[in-house]
Amino acid sequence: MSTAVLRTEIRLFRREPGAIFWILLFPTLLLVILGSIPGFREHQADLGGLRTIDVYVPVAVLLGMIVGGLQSMPQTLTGYRERGILRRMATTPVRPRALLSAQMAVYGGSALASALLALAVGRLAFDVRLPRQPFGYGLALVLAVLVALALGSVVSALSRTTKIAGAIGSAVFFPSMFCAGVWLPVQSMPHLMGRIVGYTPFGAAAEALNRAAAGHWPGWGHLGVLVVWILLLTGAASRWFRWE
Amino acid sequence: MPVIEVTDLRKSYGGRAVVDGVSFGVEEGEIFGILGPNGAGKTTTVECVEGLRVPDGGRVRVTGLDPVADHARVARVLGAQLQESELQPKLTVREALEMYASFYPSPLDWAPLAERLGLTAKLTTRFGKLSGGQKQRLFIALALIGNPRVVVLDELTTGLDPRARRDTWELIEDVRAGGVTVLLVTHFMEEAQRLCDRIAVIDKGRVAALDTPAGLIRRSAGATVISFTPSAPLDDRDLNALPDLASVEHKDGRVTLSGTDATVNAVITLLARHHVTAHQLRVVDATLDDAFLDLTKEAVA
Repeated sequence: MSTAVLRTEIRLFRREPGAIFWILLFPTLLLVILGSIPGFREHQADLGGLRTIDVYVPVAVLLGMIVGGLQSMPQTLTGYRERGILRRMATTPVRPRALLSAQMAVYGGSALASALLALAVGRLAFDVRLPRQPFGYGLALVLAVLVALALGSVVSALSRTTKIAGAIGSAVFFPSMFCAGVWLPVQSMPHLMGRIVGYTPFGAAAEALNRAAAGHWPGWGHLGVLVVWILLLTGAASRWFRWE
Repeated sequence: MPVIEVTDLRKSYGGRAVVDGVSFGVEEGEIFGILGPNGAGKTTTVECVEGLRVPDGGRVRVTGLDPVADHARVARVLGAQLQESELQPKLTVREALEMYASFYPSPLDWAPLAERLGLTAKLTTRFGKLSGGQKQRLFIALALIGNPRVVVLDELTTGLDPRARRDTWELIEDVRAGGVTVLLVTHFMEEAQRLCDRIAVIDKGRVAALDTPAGLIRRSAGATVISFTPSAPLDDRDLNALPDLASVEHKDGRVTLSGTDATVNAVITLLARHHVTAHQLRVVDATLDDAFLDLTKEAVA
């Protein structure tokens, strides 16, 4: 890790208004739009007495990670490889690995910031309770960020060009959003579907966040699923990633 | 001890030998050129010196260190300008210089370097908005910013206009005057002839010749070119019998011969014997261009 490279990558991220909007602001904006629908602020018996807005906060929390990890990061990394930026850095005492870790820090950090923003706006604007099991919630949050970065790294490892990275990224992006519960919160999914989704990276993350939000321990099962995914995807990415 | 030592270097891609037993040594403070046709293995050779590629066989040492195994230590003393690379499009010139300077233990001050390369007016311009020549000058600056002992420059002046090209040559001569060893890959004969102390001509993955520019010209078959317009036609048989003759050409009544000093003497005797006057007689040394074409002839045929 090189602080100069990290500083530069943070600076470059600030010059990408598109990435800033979609990663940092869009999830919270979506939350605000859903929260302005009166029906979504009423308690629902089939959600265990929760309001729709309550179950959408974890979805918004995951959304920034999915956009950052699966859409933005693979595009940037594949572009860096395609343009020979990684190669140029390989001739310096700082290895191209520094650029990779700086990218992960930037996208991981902005996904976490996006999550905190969604939690804060949920609390302030719609009175959504802050997670009642903060430690478990934090742990699930960190694991979710790691799984998003690992999945994004696999996408960049498999893509020779930024165009391919865009295509593979989108192919993974929509199923991930579905599993995170963007269209239908995991709690509302039919039992079997919910179980299957619970084994996907973002389904497990959504379940872990929901449980921690309600004050329970996120559940070793869900955390275990996340850890297994992180290990598998990181292994695959480091095996397949090409520096040029 | 040479600063760069390459011994019997081999590298193949998909079973095809791109570099097939290349050896040379570059002495401290020397400007050493690598010249050769496209696809001759020049870039692969210098990429092995930079530690970007792992050789299949042979040995590469830079200041006595292995550029692959000892990458970090080699990278601290070696500055590189690559043939095809870019920077982050939204990074400004100044940010690039500052970031690359921070990678090295005792970098140069970037401001005078930028001034020297004519980049001062472009410091706040983003890389993506630079012209080809400006990008090239920035890459030369980045190769030098770490205050290296060795610089490897691949296609140094490609994309530069004639003015910037000459300025860059002067810069490289100044850099060498400061004791830096320069390894230069080029297509460009004028550049090689002007800058290099010695040149390795690489052809089909092998060193076809290794000598000073003057030595390469001398050893090529047509080192001297004689041209004149004869007052009366000359018999081709007489011309072809000239000693050390490499080639004869007739064009618009003008005869152009290439050969050696012996050819010059013999042609003057021949003209005197036949009472032919040679109008506009010119005797010139062949250029590196001619020598290069002669040395890599089979590749073209």
